[in-house]
Parts: sequence; structure tokens; C-alpha cells
Amino acid sequence: MKKVLIANRGEIACRIMRSAKQLGLSTVAVFSEADRHAKHVAMADEAVLIGESPASKSYLDHAAVLSAARTSGANAIHPGYGFLSESAAFADAVLKAGLIWVGPAPDTIRLMGDKETARATAARAGVPVMAGSRRFKPGDLGDIDSAARATGFPLLIKAAAGGGGIGMKQADAPEKLEALVIAVQEAAQKTFGNGDVYLERYLPKARHVEVQVFGWGDGTATHFFERDCSLQRRFQKVIEEAPAPGLPASVRQAMYDATLALCRATSYAGAGTVEFIVDAESFDFFFLEMNTRIQVEHVATEMITGVDLVAMQLRLAAGAASLDIQEAAPVAHGSAIECRLYAENPAKMFFPSPGRLETFDLPSETDRIRIETGYRQGDTVTPFYDPMIAKIVVHGESREQAISLALSVLEAVRVEGIVTNNTFLQACLRNKSFRQGDVHTRFIDENKPELLARMHHIALVD
Amino acid sequence: MAKVDINSEMTGSIWKVLVEVGQSVSEGDIVILVEAMKMEIPVIAMEDGKVAEILVAEGDMVTDGDVVIRLEQ
Repeated sequence: MKKVLIANRGEIACRIMRSAKQLGLSTVAVFSEADRHAKHVAMADEAVLIGESPASKSYLDHAAVLSAARTSGANAIHPGYGFLSESAAFADAVLKAGLIWVGPAPDTIRLMGDKETARATAARAGVPVMAGSRRFKPGDLGDIDSAARATGFPLLIKAAAGGGGIGMKQADAPEKLEALVIAVQEAAQKTFGNGDVYLERYLPKARHVEVQVFGWGDGTATHFFERDCSLQRRFQKVIEEAPAPGLPASVRQAMYDATLALCRATSYAGAGTVEFIVDAESFDFFFLEMNTRIQVEHVATEMITGVDLVAMQLRLAAGAASLDIQEAAPVAHGSAIECRLYAENPAKMFFPSPGRLETFDLPSETDRIRIETGYRQGDTVTPFYDPMIAKIVVHGESREQAISLALSVLEAVRVEGIVTNNTFLQACLRNKSFRQGDVHTRFIDENKPELLARMHHIALVD
Repeated sequence: MAKVDINSEMTGSIWKVLVEVGQSVSEGDIVILVEAMKMEIPVIAMEDGKVAEILVAEGDMVTDGDVVIRLEQ
């Protein structure tokens, strides 16, 4: 591996290039028309225009990305997260073109990308899975009523091909079930080209905990502890932390064991994350899905373990032996918190807020503070892509220290020209339940009045 | 007959047009969904009326403040 093309944009493209450069690799950026002047383009050794601004006409265009690899002479492709990162068809095409794919085997992506086959694989590997129904194709509502009764209310209607909460709906009672199922089928058909849905039990007070893993491709794998990603709005993560607060050691260990069993069963190669839903009271945990890629919140894990997961991905893909990449078992130290700074307005139902970053002033990085961003002052946040404009990740000796440090960094962030969720993030960090580690997936919904009031107070004092 | 403009409050692309010319709408009805930053943003009728003109098609880009639908009352 000599020259790696990063098939992504924004902060993750910049972050991958940093590790690639440290490994002595040349870097190729790809960009859409909207990203002509973006930071990741400026940072790369070379950059190739791959199409129009909508992602479907650029970052999601297999042929355009492969053609950019050909013209630039890149011999490897790192997909980042989102976009083509979990496209088995694209991974296949990359390998067929004779290039190195920085990710797990296409068949593993395919297996884990379909929720039903993923669940079946997890169950076979001995990983606890949640009670769920068979699949319902569009037009087929057959025995949905009895399937719903067997699953139990409240339940979630999920797209079989979905991810990231897109198209997911909650049903609390049998009355509206059919209409909701049809709505999810239609949205899934439109978004994923596959309208199949299934029903899954919904835990009223649940936590979202995930184990970071790295598979060596030979049936062995190493875990890098867990992250709690319970703080979400509209099923999108807002604050993540490592380790998960208040989780009993035996539960943690059982989650690591389950994760490693799944990776052994699939001979997993590279970075991945096994997501679990955890009952916040009983700590029973269930397999949700496996993300066969680097994740947004991988930095929190890097801060508590001191490893560079992206460098590990690149080195494994380049053919390095596992012992050269990872000499000793990882050790976790302290507590890390990641806050996602979004271009959105929390007071207005979290609506996006695109526009020009007239001021974009971020504090300096230290050993304890990492700030990942794909934007600079004067850049424009366009409506075409994800609203995340920066990740602020801090590391403390304790969770309390990490919270304090995160607050002081957020207070020093200055953004003008667009609305961000900065004061909302601060409100979450100052919330008493959050400080006590009482995090769960409905935290933001349930605390919204208090969080918004606190947010306005912070804005006034500011 | 008075004409009333409905504007998109969001810069983005038109994801779905939910009404047809001639259709009656009531205040608060969602008439169009705009997609921005991977989110669906509803455009809402602020008054009652009948759809006289639809100025956008699915896939079009709109800018904050653009008129997307004209109602007649």
C-alpha cells in the first residue's frame, strides 16, 4: 500500500489522512462540487472531483470513486463511515479492480449489513438477541398482529436493510400498527431500495452500549472496551463516552466475550463495533447490530486506550501481522467523553442550520483534548450532508474530570453564522442525572424541558 | 381572490410534494417535505386555502425563504 484514496468527506476524511500520512502513505481526497474548497481537499496530497453536490451523484457513486482511484493511481480505498463504508457491492468492486479495501471482507459486510442474517449469525455465536419477528415485505402484513403480540408492546418497526434509526418507528399499541408498518415499508423502499421490515421489542429504559473490536482476519480478535452512546435525539447520537458508567464488571466482561465470539465466528478483519441494547435496570443486554467500519465515536476509545484505530486499519489492510500492529493487550485508562457539535437548532426541533461559518474558533488540542473537524472559519456548511461540524473529545482521570473538561472546551468554542447545539451539549453535561451516570436512550426526550431551559440560561449568561 | 405564498424555511432539496393543484389545505397542514442534512423538514401551510400553484418539483433545490406553493383564498 502506497497511496490511499479516502472515499469520504468532512472530519473523518481529515482524520484518516492524518494517520495515513503518519504511516508515510500518500493521500487522495475525493470531493463533490459543494466541497470544492473543503478542508479535506486542501489536506490531501491530491484531490479528484467526483460529481455533483448530492451524495447520490458523488460520494455514493461507485463508478466515480473507482475512476478517481484509477486516475490518481491510488492502490487502496478507505471508506470512512457512512456513504460507501457498508456497501458490500462497492467493497466487491474495489477488490475486483485490484485495489486494497480498508475494511472487512465484502461477505462479512453483507452478512452483518442485513439485520436478519446478522441476528441469526449472532444468535448462532451465542450472543443474546432480542425477541423479534419474521420479515414483512411491502404488501405482506399476513400474521403481523400475532407477530406483534408475540414480540410485545411497545415495539419498534425496523427496516431490514436500514441503519442509524432511519425510517424506524415505535408502536405502543395494536391500533396503529398496520399504518406504521406500511409507513416504514414505504420509507425503507425509498431510502434503501428494500422495503422489508421486522418487529423488535422496545425496552422502555434502555442504554445503548457498544464494544469496539478489532479482528485480525484469522479468527482471532481483540476488544477495546465499550462506549455508552445512550444520549440520542431522533435515534442519532449526541454524546458518547468510554467506559460506560455504572456497568457492573461482570456485564462488561459478558459483552466483551459475546463480541469476541461473534468476531471469531465471522473471522472478522479490521475495526468493527458490536452494538448492544442494555436494560438500564437489569443490565440484560441484547445484540442490536454490528457496524463493519470505523465509527464516529472511535476517538473516545482511542483516548482511553492510547491506540490509533485508523492506523491499525491501514496497517492490517496493508498486510501487517497482528503482533506487529498490537503488541500487548489493550489497557483502559480514565474516562473519555465525545460531544458532537451539530449545525442544528435544538430550540427548533433540532432543525438543521446550514450557512457560512463566519466565526469558527475552536480551542487548541492537548493530550487531553481532541477536536476533529472538517471545517475552517469561512467555510460553508451546505445542506447536502450530515450536520456534524466537529467532534469534541476529552479525556479525564475520572468521569467527573472529563465532564468538567468537556464543559470548559465547549464554553471556549465560538461559532457565528449558523446555529449549533453547543449550549444544548453543555446543558446535557450539567444535568444532574447525566452527572450521576443515569443515562438512557430517552434521556434527551424526557429531560427536554429542563435541558432547553438550561440551554437558554447558558446562552443568557454567555 | 387573495394569493398567499408558502415559503420554505430551510435550504435543501424538495423530497416530497404532498399536495396537488386545486387541493384545499388547512392551516398547519404539511404541504411539502424538504430534505436537508439527512433530515426531513416539513413546510407547513400558515393559512387555509386552495393550492393555486406548485413552484417546485421533487429533487429541486430551494433556499431559505423561497416560495414553494401559492394558495388562493
